[in-house]
Amino acid sequence: MEQQLEAILADHPRKREELIPILQEVQAEYSYLPTEAMLEIARYTGMPESRVYGVATFYAQFRFTPMGKKHTMVCRGTACHVNGAERILEEVEEQLGIKEGETTEDLEHSLETVACIGACSLAPCLMINNKVEAKMTINKVRELYKNGGE
Amino acid sequence: MVQLTDFQDLQRQAMADWESLHQDGRPIIMVGTATCGRSAGSLEVLDALRAATEKQEIDCHIFEVGCTGACYAEPLVYIIKPDQPAIVYGDVTPQLAPRLIQSYLIKDNPLPRYSIGTFGNGRIEGIPDLFSTPVFEPQARRALNRCGFIDPTSLEHYLANDGYTGVTKAFAIGPEQVIEEVKNAGLRGRGGAGFPTWRKWRFCRDAPSDQKYLICNADEGDPGAFMNRSLLEGDPHAVLEGMIIAGYALGASIGYIYCRAEYPLALERLRGAIKQAKEHGLLGDNILDSGFDFHIKIKEGAGAFVCGEETALIASIEGKRGMPTPRPPFPAVSGLWGKPTIINNVESLADVGLILQNGSDWFAEYGTEKSKGTKTIALVGKVKNTGLVEVPLGITLRELVFDIGGGAPDGKAFKAVQTGGPSGGCIPESLLDTPVDYDSLNAAGTIMGSGGVVVMDERTCMVDFARYFLDFAEKESCGKCVPCRLGTKQLLGILEDICAGNGRPGDIEMLEELGRGIKAGSLCGLGQTAPNPVLTTIRYFRDEYEAHIHEKRCPAGACKSLISYYINNDLCVGCTLCAQNCSTSAITGEFKGPHYIDQDICTQCGVCYTVCPKKANAVEIISPSLRL
Ligand SMILES: Cc1cc2nc3c(=O)[nH]c(=O)nc-3n(C[C@H](O)[C@H](O)[C@H](O)COP(=O)(O)O)c2cc1C
Ligand code: FES
Repeated sequence: MEQQLEAILADHPRKREELIPILQEVQAEYSYLPTEAMLEIARYTGMPESRVYGVATFYAQFRFTPMGKKHTMVCRGTACHVNGAERILEEVEEQLGIKEGETTEDLEHSLETVACIGACSLAPCLMINNKVEAKMTINKVRELYKNGGE
Repeated sequence: MVQLTDFQDLQRQAMADWESLHQDGRPIIMVGTATCGRSAGSLEVLDALRAATEKQEIDCHIFEVGCTGACYAEPLVYIIKPDQPAIVYGDVTPQLAPRLIQSYLIKDNPLPRYSIGTFGNGRIEGIPDLFSTPVFEPQARRALNRCGFIDPTSLEHYLANDGYTGVTKAFAIGPEQVIEEVKNAGLRGRGGAGFPTWRKWRFCRDAPSDQKYLICNADEGDPGAFMNRSLLEGDPHAVLEGMIIAGYALGASIGYIYCRAEYPLALERLRGAIKQAKEHGLLGDNILDSGFDFHIKIKEGAGAFVCGEETALIASIEGKRGMPTPRPPFPAVSGLWGKPTIINNVESLADVGLILQNGSDWFAEYGTEKSKGTKTIALVGKVKNTGLVEVPLGITLRELVFDIGGGAPDGKAFKAVQTGGPSGGCIPESLLDTPVDYDSLNAAGTIMGSGGVVVMDERTCMVDFARYFLDFAEKESCGKCVPCRLGTKQLLGILEDICAGNGRPGDIEMLEELGRGIKAGSLCGLGQTAPNPVLTTIRYFRDEYEAHIHEKRCPAGACKSLISYYINNDLCVGCTLCAQNCSTSAITGEFKGPHYIDQDICTQCGVCYTVCPKKANAVEIISPSLRL
């Protein structure tokens, strides 16, 4: 872990405005913000750890538990809502056996909601590892996750 | 440094190349690969087209374009044969792609039934002219005029279509005259509030400072809207051009683009465009020998709606929690790091480029007395032709929803339309003749917002819809001021109770009183507008609230606690589809026999309702619930 983290940090000046980009890059590397990394970021930027956590917990993007191999994001935007997103989310939860914000024990799947994917004209949508699945139905969700989502 | 004359050479070359692209006798194939197209599978279609043309050994140009806005028909493919108009094919699949090549390019049969229209010179029998179809005819495509028609990764395509002539024009007339042009055009901010752009700029230009900043607000926080995304993905240089002009007018040498991280493709397009602009001397020091320096940095948002608000956005760029601060001081005087800062929306900036390219008179040709120009609108929800459109300000909501949008799908009845996202309000059928302009929408209790328009039909419950927005506002409230933090929570709690069948007499009045208090007492625009969806739905759909509270009935048949699904055995054909799909095994019945739902087991997931064959239509929604 040390090395990648150091490489990320070395790329940024020790300035407050670099904090969010650093957090974003660290999360992109590890899929979440590990406790040890948070400490290191605080040390590097010269900020109290509480402030680093303060910023990280403010923004919806940051998470403190690892992501599953397959990360599902169900859109909860207005267009998706009007087209039944709530039932889609329930079905995904049912299929994966986890709730929004959780990761399966085997780290295969994690599930989050997102404010809007931007494919609103093809609502309801969800995204699995950055691939958008549009015009979802309950049966399409079942299809997507059968055989463990292969 | 690149001299102006070098740039003019580049422009001439780009135009010559564009000309030869269209006249070298080779067919052109374009595929819409913006996020919407990709969601519908356009990259697979692109691969299939490439494979088919290679196999058939067809010498042609194939490139990716942005979104024309006809998202309902994605994936879209455009084929232009020499001396023929372009044919736009909709709903193209990887299977259809090779057939299009075989049939149109090789055998000259254009397969009209797969086409939604043509554009360019000439007509093709059996295919309508795209811009004369009901979806496109009422539109005025200006900010979107290149979107979907040029390769967004090509600076040359942009240059060949008037690109960066606004910058050279601005340098020729000087900053004061630029502000004057924008003033004469009557441009008002496209990000929400509709503040006159020139006036903000004036404050900032007149503020004495050694450093000023321009920020492009590409946070597009309205969930359900994607106008800015389409523009950034389909025509990124247009936004950069607007920024250069704005920076020049303000005397700002540094620009930021604050773009939401959920838009990876828009970010990629922007990074590519910035790189090209730098290489050709359109960004950097002493741009085209004008003496003006301008540098652009990208900041990725981290998923907070409130960061669309100006002071919160500034805090976020500074690396802090994105919490708003009281104004004054206004950012135009004291913004980023205490320096004069202007924040403009993506579309406002694209409009600035157009105004400089074509003149203020041209811009003001469209629009109303107080709202000039055109507006891009994301038309979504329960409407047939979902997508992105651009209309003259002043068009009515009815034209937007029915003429362009085609009304509600599946023969359902239209109920309401929401504009302005979480800050806006819901407009009923009786007010559909309201013109889409800043002031008329305000008078009807809603706002223009950034251009999201969500259509609802008879199956949308207005109480649930208000609950949805309050849930959003409550989650997104930054927590700094009490009226917003606790007020939205209270509103949400009451709405949840009503939807769950636990509403009490007096709840409506309580919602109204609380709503007014939150609007009056909140620190920033988020709280000041968060009650709007509740207040307008009460104003126009009070009977739905009353039915929920007093009769435990959801008239739209949407609130799960208040409905039951029921199989009408006079209509049931005994196909067993519902029983097969029911995940809780609540449905019993034999093949060709009657079917029954055990109400104690049913979770109201509604899958039986959706799978029941249309010709039978045996599953009914009953409210109040049979369980009560
Ligand atoms: C809670 C909140 C969210 C906002 N979100 C956005 C947004 O996503 N995009 C945007 O351009 N403006 C947004 N605005 C409006 C901006 O604060 C600002 O008015 C706008 O960017 C100014 O640009 P304009 O004058 O070009 O419209 C938001 C305002 C509030 C209060
Ligand atoms: S509302 Fe779901 S993609 Fe925008």
